[in-house]
Amino acid sequence: MLNAYTDMAVFLGAGILFLAVSLLLSRLLRPHHPDKEKLSTYECGKTPFGEARVRFKVRYYIFALVFLVFDVEVLFLYPWAVALRDLGWIAWAEATVFLALLFGGLLYAWRKKVLEWL
Amino acid sequence: MALALAAPALAGGNLYTRAQQLFLDLGLPPWIFAILVAAVKVALILVFILLNVLFLIWLERKLGGHLQNRLGPVYTGPFGLLQTVADALKVLVKEDVIPAAADRWAFIVAPFIAFVPALMIWLVVPFGPGLQARDLSIGVLYVAALSGLIIPSLLTAGWSSGSKWSLLGAFRAGAQLISYEVPLLLAQLAVVVWAGSLSLNDIVRAQQQGTWFILLQPVGFIVYLIAAIAELNRTPFDLPEAESELVAGFNTEYSGFRFAIFFLTEYANLLTSSAIAATLFLGGWSGPWLPPFVWFLLKTYVFVFIAMWVRFTLPRLRVDQLMNFAWKLLLPVALLNVVVTGAIVAL
Repeated sequence: MLNAYTDMAVFLGAGILFLAVSLLLSRLLRPHHPDKEKLSTYECGKTPFGEARVRFKVRYYIFALVFLVFDVEVLFLYPWAVALRDLGWIAWAEATVFLALLFGGLLYAWRKKVLEWL
Repeated sequence: MALALAAPALAGGNLYTRAQQLFLDLGLPPWIFAILVAAVKVALILVFILLNVLFLIWLERKLGGHLQNRLGPVYTGPFGLLQTVADALKVLVKEDVIPAAADRWAFIVAPFIAFVPALMIWLVVPFGPGLQARDLSIGVLYVAALSGLIIPSLLTAGWSSGSKWSLLGAFRAGAQLISYEVPLLLAQLAVVVWAGSLSLNDIVRAQQQGTWFILLQPVGFIVYLIAAIAELNRTPFDLPEAESELVAGFNTEYSGFRFAIFFLTEYANLLTSSAIAATLFLGGWSGPWLPPFVWFLLKTYVFVFIAMWVRFTLPRLRVDQLMNFAWKLLLPVALLNVVVTGAIVAL
């Protein structure tokens, strides 16, 4: 297992190194003449106005919450999926009840018009 | 390609044992050898990805051209094959602008968070029997975890740019990617139920003994196909970078080589998703007559072709259609698919 982590670390390091070297190479080759207009934010040619960083709409948080529920559910199901052949139909029934409960939650959100994008 | 053919010697055969013995004889600790072997693997995989991305970009433009009754690139090299090389060189010497309004460090880090996981996924992709950097017992989960990192990357890029277009693109990217992540994972889960293992190599072997999972999991394959195209931000799901409304979405402010990194990541991810699709549903490297590596490439490019074909055929969806489709159709279908698959396997 130590070797698997070594491999991951080497892959991580190699990815960072590759990008860093390419960026350094590009830095040596490219021109660099910044000026005020060039560094201003692109807004279709007009002078930019106002603050670009606005708050997230609350709708995004709701979708994120629903996502979280289902993502964690999928994580629960991965070990179940691997062991299902050995555990037999009881494990299947349990998972089906679990999924049905979550699907009930989805239906509730659906009914409450949480899933509408406005 | 030639480099990848040299890999079997490194992965299993005599050369590996002899090199290991040489290291032990020299009195070096074994971990240095482990790191060197991993470095060779990652170098081969990086070359494989870069060559394929060069080819994919050319293929996308050429195929798009012919599908839409145009010619695509023709001037640079035979059949325009060197077009991407010319583009890459051009982008390397282009001026790099980091806007004054940008959050400088986050702006610089975002491309790294995009590309590095895309490379790391290839640790577990099986190119052929024994031709795999490392066969993790949690392969599918590893792929899922790393491919999810594209979301924080795009959000970081959009937020740090300090531009309205970028931020809107990042919002959309976040909402879209998390919505399609769930059906994607559920489609993979159904395959895991059939194979009874998370290791990608075991999944290929299970298909070698039985049939390809596309026949046992037709619904799962279609869900995977749609969700994967959405995860890749490709048309008809390219809202995060919709050119006609958001300029270029989250990468509006990126220029020069930093932009190229996002571009590279996009195509590397297309290649990755296709390779995973080939492994999970099309039997991976298994197949008659041809060498396993060729089968792997052929199957990968089947999925690539479908993704490109879809891109040049369908118009872009609206945001509400996009979200409705994910939550009200794809997710229930994927859930039902898992339950039915489980019932067939368990009973």
